[in-house]
Amino acid sequence: MYQSKWRIFTNHTILVLGALFMILPVWIAFASSTHTREYVFQNGLQFWPGGEFFSNYGAILFDAEATKGRVTALEMLFNSMVLGLGFAIGKVIISMMAAYAIVYFRFKLAVPLFWIIFSTLLLPLEVRIVPSYEVVADLGLLNSYTGLILPLIASATGTFFFRQFYRSVPDELLEAARLDGAGPIRFFIDILVPLSVTMIAAIFIIMFVVGWNQYLWPLLMTTDDQLYTIVIGIKQVYNSLYEGGQIPQFPKAFALTIMATIPPVLVVVIFQRMFVKGLVETEK
Amino acid sequence: MKRVQFEHSAVPYLFIAPQILIISIFFLWPAAQALYQSFLLEDAFGLSSQFVWFRNFEDVLSSSSWTRSAIFTVVFSVLVSVLSIAISLFLAVRADEVIRGAKTYKTLLMWGYAIAPPVAGLLGNMMFNPLMGDLYKAFNSFGFEFNHIQNANDAAFVVILIAVWKQVSVNFIFFLSGLQGIPKSVQEAATLDCKSPERRFWTITFPLLAPTTFFLLVINLTYAFFETFGIIDVSTKGAPGGSTATLVYKVYVDGFLGADMGGSAAQSVLLMIMVSVLTVFQFRFIERKVHY
Repeated sequence: MYQSKWRIFTNHTILVLGALFMILPVWIAFASSTHTREYVFQNGLQFWPGGEFFSNYGAILFDAEATKGRVTALEMLFNSMVLGLGFAIGKVIISMMAAYAIVYFRFKLAVPLFWIIFSTLLLPLEVRIVPSYEVVADLGLLNSYTGLILPLIASATGTFFFRQFYRSVPDELLEAARLDGAGPIRFFIDILVPLSVTMIAAIFIIMFVVGWNQYLWPLLMTTDDQLYTIVIGIKQVYNSLYEGGQIPQFPKAFALTIMATIPPVLVVVIFQRMFVKGLVETEK
Repeated sequence: MKRVQFEHSAVPYLFIAPQILIISIFFLWPAAQALYQSFLLEDAFGLSSQFVWFRNFEDVLSSSSWTRSAIFTVVFSVLVSVLSIAISLFLAVRADEVIRGAKTYKTLLMWGYAIAPPVAGLLGNMMFNPLMGDLYKAFNSFGFEFNHIQNANDAAFVVILIAVWKQVSVNFIFFLSGLQGIPKSVQEAATLDCKSPERRFWTITFPLLAPTTFFLLVINLTYAFFETFGIIDVSTKGAPGGSTATLVYKVYVDGFLGADMGGSAAQSVLLMIMVSVLTVFQFRFIERKVHY
């Protein structure tokens, strides 16, 4: 296709500016995280990395004192990992099963149950946090991984995605499987699940990132430091920045921010094709 | 639905049970409680409560802080949606045209999806920190008397900028895949008929992207309503004086920090109604899109 020289030039200029717009804040945070706190306090945010990379990140990772609590960033990363994986795995399994029942079976309560699942789309967790918190407290699940993960899974986005996908699977497969004498559980495990592998991977990646980045719910749920995810840790460090009349610990706050960002960004960049496919196809 | 289906009595219930169980405990029960609480008035110590019909709703709707928050939420959501959609559409059109380095640009513009809202909030907060923030200094050195800690408009600007920055990548992904879905033959025919890229965009490309744009508008409004909680909580915390508190942030502040259960529940119910309207709207639109 014909493109003028000028058009090509402006295209690249605009895209480079766009990329800088996205990257610069994170880069400045990274560069500033590699200086001493006195230096950043006196000279402001830094564009070039300094020499304190290992001491700042080392302190954050292994010394609970640096993160202003009783947990190190390493433990927070572990909690985030549990939340991300637990959320993704739980959501994929539960929604695959529910969608299977809805698409492949004729049963009495199909319509009302479908509407119950659908109704969850109307009320995001953010809207019902206060009563949700009370329910979880009544069940004695505060400060537990179960209480952290299960309420987040109670939404239908995954179910709708798999419902859509199953409906695109040719009917002939089911007919053939039935002729061969496969029952419903056999068909699900031996045919439908293997067929869905790429879809499962795509939705898994998205859900992992969504789970890792959860903020409001873990904030309410975890009063015990031991269960802090790294995203919650950021808020704690940020809140205590100006405490105690000392020089604010900006570099370590930035170091924690960078560490919270790296895992989900890596996942998205490495599995880019799968991720984009999943995102574009689920949300339609 | 499928033409061929299993006729089995127990198996479907077995498969759907886990989801229904989780939804009942962690969704239906709390939602019902929110509805019930919104009709109750608790005394100051939370010891007794009485049924007051719609009084909580009347209180909420007539309070100036709720009205102000509602107005801010609407303005904020519309601005965030329109700005981030416009920026990402602009970038996506250029990224779609470019041949050399297309993949690199794509990666550099889409990775932001993985940034958590509070991380974006913290970065923005630091950039606007009066002690050392580069943007804070830059704005003031250009002669603006920029002070987001005291000036409500400046604070709103900061929150909007962060929210837009965080959302550009998602919109970019959708627009780029939308653009790549336009057949090459259509694009080539358009190039023959019309030399100017700008006119070609408005007469051919943009109408073809209209469904994507509309869909993204709904997604972005939902994002601005709910997912910006983390951004606000780490940047302005609703300051100055609640002027940058969205409705969701206010539910949290009143319910958890202010312990006004009835009022917070009534706010939740009002939000539920708004979201329901938005969702029904979205689904009607999607159904239509499937048929054409």
